Amino acid sequence: MPSISKRLFIILAVTTSLVWLSAVVWIYLSTRAEVERVLDARLMEAGRMVSSLIVSQEILVDSTPSSTTGLPLRAHSTYDRQLSCQIWSLQGALIGRSDGAPDERLSEHADGFSETVIGGETWRVYAVTNEELGVRVLVGDSMWIRDRLVNDVIRGLLLPALLILPILGGLIWLSVRRGLEPLRKIAGDLETRHASDLSPIDGAATATEIAPVLHSLNGLFARVAGLRERERNFTAFAAHELRTPLAGLKTQAQVALASDDAAIRKQALSQIVIGVDRTSRLVRQLLDMSSLEAFDQVERKGSVRAGPVLRALAEELADLVREVTVEISPALDMLTVEIEPELFTLAARNLLENAVNHSPQGGVVRCRAAETGGIVIEDDGPGIPQEELPRITERFFRGRHKAAVGSGLGLAIVELALGRSGWQLQLFNRETGGLSAVIGVHA
Amino acid sequence: MRVLIVEDDAVLRDGLRVGLGIGGFNTDAVETCEEADAVLKNHEFDALVLDLMLPDGSGLDVLKSMRERRDTTPVLLLTARDRVADRIVGLDAGADDYLGKPFDLDEVAARLRALLRRAAGRPGARLEWSGLSLDPAKQKVEQDGKPVHLSRREYAVLHALMAHPGQILSRSRIEEKLYGWQEEVESNAIEVHIHHLRAKLGSDAIQTVRGIGYRLGGEM
Repeated sequence: MPSISKRLFIILAVTTSLVWLSAVVWIYLSTRAEVERVLDARLMEAGRMVSSLIVSQEILVDSTPSSTTGLPLRAHSTYDRQLSCQIWSLQGALIGRSDGAPDERLSEHADGFSETVIGGETWRVYAVTNEELGVRVLVGDSMWIRDRLVNDVIRGLLLPALLILPILGGLIWLSVRRGLEPLRKIAGDLETRHASDLSPIDGAATATEIAPVLHSLNGLFARVAGLRERERNFTAFAAHELRTPLAGLKTQAQVALASDDAAIRKQALSQIVIGVDRTSRLVRQLLDMSSLEAFDQVERKGSVRAGPVLRALAEELADLVREVTVEISPALDMLTVEIEPELFTLAARNLLENAVNHSPQGGVVRCRAAETGGIVIEDDGPGIPQEELPRITERFFRGRHKAAVGSGLGLAIVELALGRSGWQLQLFNRETGGLSAVIGVHA
Repeated sequence: MRVLIVEDDAVLRDGLRVGLGIGGFNTDAVETCEEADAVLKNHEFDALVLDLMLPDGSGLDVLKSMRERRDTTPVLLLTARDRVADRIVGLDAGADDYLGKPFDLDEVAARLRALLRRAAGRPGARLEWSGLSLDPAKQKVEQDGKPVHLSRREYAVLHALMAHPGQILSRSRIEEKLYGWQEEVESNAIEVHIHHLRAKLGSDAIQTVRGIGYRLGGEM
């Protein structure tokens, strides 16, 4: 995994080294130019001085080539024998030379600067010709000395640099670490927190660069926590609601086991069948509800022809035993409703199921188009007591006129499913008795 | 022993009614708080099996108003919520026992018998009187160590008398303990059961107190 601190450190270390390196190159070049300029000036001055001293007879020059005259040039402690001087007659005889000056002629030039290689050594030579005395003064210094001068300057720079660079590297490393401290703190927080801990990260003291990341992270935490909370509530609710029908099933089974009376056993077994039907409907509704909850606030669009859906449901739900029938107005076959088909089916199924279950023997459930563009489902059942109407769509609320198979979830599912498509549910007690359920965009 | 069941789930209510009937209890059942209040005010029960979540309120409200009326009938709470905190709330509201759903029918019966025993201040499970021994758990009666075979109603009458040893029980009180309020009772039904009991247990086993009722004959 790429590390930001490593990356930053390498970038900073390389750029710092490059800056140092270019500084050294620059200093090297400028020092070299300066040294050359200064030493050339010195050579020129020394040449002229020797020449003038010969003129003023302060240096005696004989024409005997064997004898040499030592020039009183002061030797430098480290850069000793910096300058070498030769005095040649114009005829080409060596008249005099300084200590350490080579025997070979330093330059063939008559005047000015030149460079000569003598014994593998490069010399920079300045020549002055004194026509009056018939001598030529050559003053030179070894290029090696110039190189050494420049190198000494550069070495003087590089030595501290070698010492300082590791320190600088350490400082860069520390600064990078310190700079990334807020990031590391958050990473540490996240790493040590328990998987189930969804509390927001404290971002009060963090850097502005990380604040947006923290903000969206905390938002994500909040969403996940909300989802989990709903899930937990739902699971607890479902578990509780399943316990009562399970208790009923177990009790009836124990009655069947304990009784010797065939009639009682038969009655208990038929109660078990009712209980299983009711429980499986409850389970189906719980699943419907949890899948509706999963869509969490997302509105779903779509449209569907109402008639065919209602007809299919009616066929499935009509109670043949109690002779409850479902009538569907032909107008509905032509009616297309603006609601997602799956949600419409879910809502319609629960409303029809309620209507059929609450209908008396031989009752009729009627579906027709509402004037407002929605759909009305009416039954001949007992209706809902007026004081229970406001609470009737609450989960697990079962009114006093509940059917044997009611779970208290049906109307809650209807409301949730319609809400996902922007529809509403309204319930009225009909004046002629029975309940009228109106669904639509503005029921 | 007459027990009122308050439970809104039809399958469970029916199961308890029939199951506890098999266990030797005379059961009545209602499904709302309102009905429970009305029935409790007008009839006497030996125990109450009460569900907590009812369509028109909480069983706890029924329990609280019972205790406010100084009604000491033992109450067994049945509920889907059986966390410790829920139990504490229920017991503090005046319940005598608590069972979480789903439960075992035999355990409900056993707990009811224990509640009745405790309410009567009896130490043992068996009811004893002058050579007679009645075991409510097994619904068996012995006289001087020999088993006596009784019909369901005869057993119920003997159980009522033995549960109140030495006391005189009126005919209507015995009827209350034997029959639900919907059941038709023939006017001489109790006399017939007493007659059969005397035939099986001996003529002086049950005494008639003229104009008042019946009580067990003999001494402890």
